[in-house]
Amino acid sequence: MTEASDKTAETDVDAKPSKLNRKRPWLRFWGVVALAIAATVFGLALLVNIFQRKQEARNPFFRVVELTDDTVDPAIWGKNFPLQYDDYLKTTDQVRTRYGGSEAEPRTPTQADPRSIVAQSRLEEDPRLKLMWAGYAFAKDFREERGHAYMLEDQMFTERQQVAKQPGTCINCHASVYVAYKQLGGGDIVKGFEQLNKTPYFEARKTVTHPVACIDCHDSQTMQLRVTRPAFMEGMRALKASQGIQNYDVNKQATRQEMRAFVCGQCHDEYHFSGPDKRLVYPWAKGLQVENILAFYDEQKFKDWDHADTGAPTLKAQHPEFEMWNQGIHARSGVACADCHMPYKREGALKISDHHVRSPMLNINRACQTCHKWSEDELKARVETIQSRTHSLRNLAMDALVDLINDIKAARSAGRTDAAVTTAQDFQRRAQFYLDFIESENSNGFHAPQEATRILGESINFSRKGQVALRGGVLTANGK
Amino acid sequence: MLRLRLLQGIILGVTLGFAVGVGAYTFVYARGYSYMTDDPEACVNCHVMNEQYAGWVKSSHRSVAVCNDCHTPPGLVGKYTTKALNGFWHSYYFTTGWFEDNIQITPRGRRVAEEACRKCHQEIVDAIEAPHSGAPEAQTSCLRCHNSVGHMH
Repeated sequence: MTEASDKTAETDVDAKPSKLNRKRPWLRFWGVVALAIAATVFGLALLVNIFQRKQEARNPFFRVVELTDDTVDPAIWGKNFPLQYDDYLKTTDQVRTRYGGSEAEPRTPTQADPRSIVAQSRLEEDPRLKLMWAGYAFAKDFREERGHAYMLEDQMFTERQQVAKQPGTCINCHASVYVAYKQLGGGDIVKGFEQLNKTPYFEARKTVTHPVACIDCHDSQTMQLRVTRPAFMEGMRALKASQGIQNYDVNKQATRQEMRAFVCGQCHDEYHFSGPDKRLVYPWAKGLQVENILAFYDEQKFKDWDHADTGAPTLKAQHPEFEMWNQGIHARSGVACADCHMPYKREGALKISDHHVRSPMLNINRACQTCHKWSEDELKARVETIQSRTHSLRNLAMDALVDLINDIKAARSAGRTDAAVTTAQDFQRRAQFYLDFIESENSNGFHAPQEATRILGESINFSRKGQVALRGGVLTANGK
Repeated sequence: MLRLRLLQGIILGVTLGFAVGVGAYTFVYARGYSYMTDDPEACVNCHVMNEQYAGWVKSSHRSVAVCNDCHTPPGLVGKYTTKALNGFWHSYYFTTGWFEDNIQITPRGRRVAEEACRKCHQEIVDAIEAPHSGAPEAQTSCLRCHNSVGHMH
């Protein structure tokens, strides 16, 4: 290329013996010299660049330190994998998206909560949530989630810790627990898991140091993805058993592409604490859809709490991203979580997964345009259309639930204890769980748009039927 | 005057000599000669095209068309002009790093590829295209639907 530009440069100058040049031959001379220098600089830059790429391609990674199955500190892993580690550190970023993301809000640190920055409060954004969760810790403090880097800190200092005594089970997904499991269980992670669940939160907190880290998803020797959370292994085993596959072992039977979703699914799903030992259980024994999960809870006669205003035995849904993604077109097409939330990126001659896990809306080129050949603006508009439709239906469902709660409250304060009140309470349990299934899910419908609107539609139906029941309509709880 | 001329000559000689020398060395080091051929391997000298190359190897077109069949126009002049232009801009962007990971084809490159479909599939295009549709936007675009025949990305 350098030659080509040289030639152009010379011809340009030769072709135009303008008056200017004839008068000032120096200009022509220095012009040629300047062009030659520019060409040399460009040629050298290109040469150095090609040299660097060739070097990078030769050695994809350098083993600087020895990693073992007990190396929990990500900074040590970062010595062998500096590019991935640099991106991992960026999960401290706080950026808003149209319907999600987190905004950095300053706050005055207190003795109980030394954080000087938090994310915006969802309860302040939509006070109806306080009514939905009345009597439960979430009605006290519920904020937009921040990046992975904050998971441990935000859990320790949320006001929910002060209003309720939490079990160690919470740690399962708010810290790097793999090595802690092994230590607690004398090498057996399932035993360690059981031990952790039983321990009170602040005692269990002492067994961990880092938020989610390399070892939670990667094998230290081969870097292959692997599942380290017993709750996910057991949940998948139950799910597969319901589909006729016995003794499913996720670490032995899942494909590489499945693992790129399963490692995320270790935590991004609906769960409950089962029994007095507070075992973390993913409610998938009947399937992954919202009605399967509710049927599972009904069978277990499980409730999270009794609603303060209505006495209904209510449930709190928790970020069922894995379940909702499973119902969507991306999952059906074999697109895993990592494809959009940790898309491949180029660093020099190397291709790596972006370990800055974040909203694809902040990374449209890598996350979407690998498959979708449309402009960034167009793709963003498509996503926001889906989300705004989901959001408006979610608002309707929220209004319907508020109406039902107010009606039950009024009926109870009027002294009613008849069967219609029980039916209405049951409808509230359903309406609330369905609504929360979308409300707490972190894609505002995007992971499975039609499924999200179906669930919200059913939630509205449950709320309104509950109201009808109170007014003397003859209905059964499952609305059939 | 003579000394001035001599000085001028030396400066010119040195600067041009550097430019040509560095250029020639880079050309050889970067296997510049391989770009004169039709060998698809030349396109993966540079790692940026790895995915496209991998996609082409698995595509239906691998046995009938190489990179140059679709990405350069027919005729020697057109072919090498396109190669020179693309070569210059590729080196420019890859050196500066001012490009996105999922690289996108230029409008000119798209026109070349669009025309290339017709090198082999003219008959079927004629059969599809509305007769006498003069307006360019009314013309059938093969790539709008078949953009993954050569390679997925």
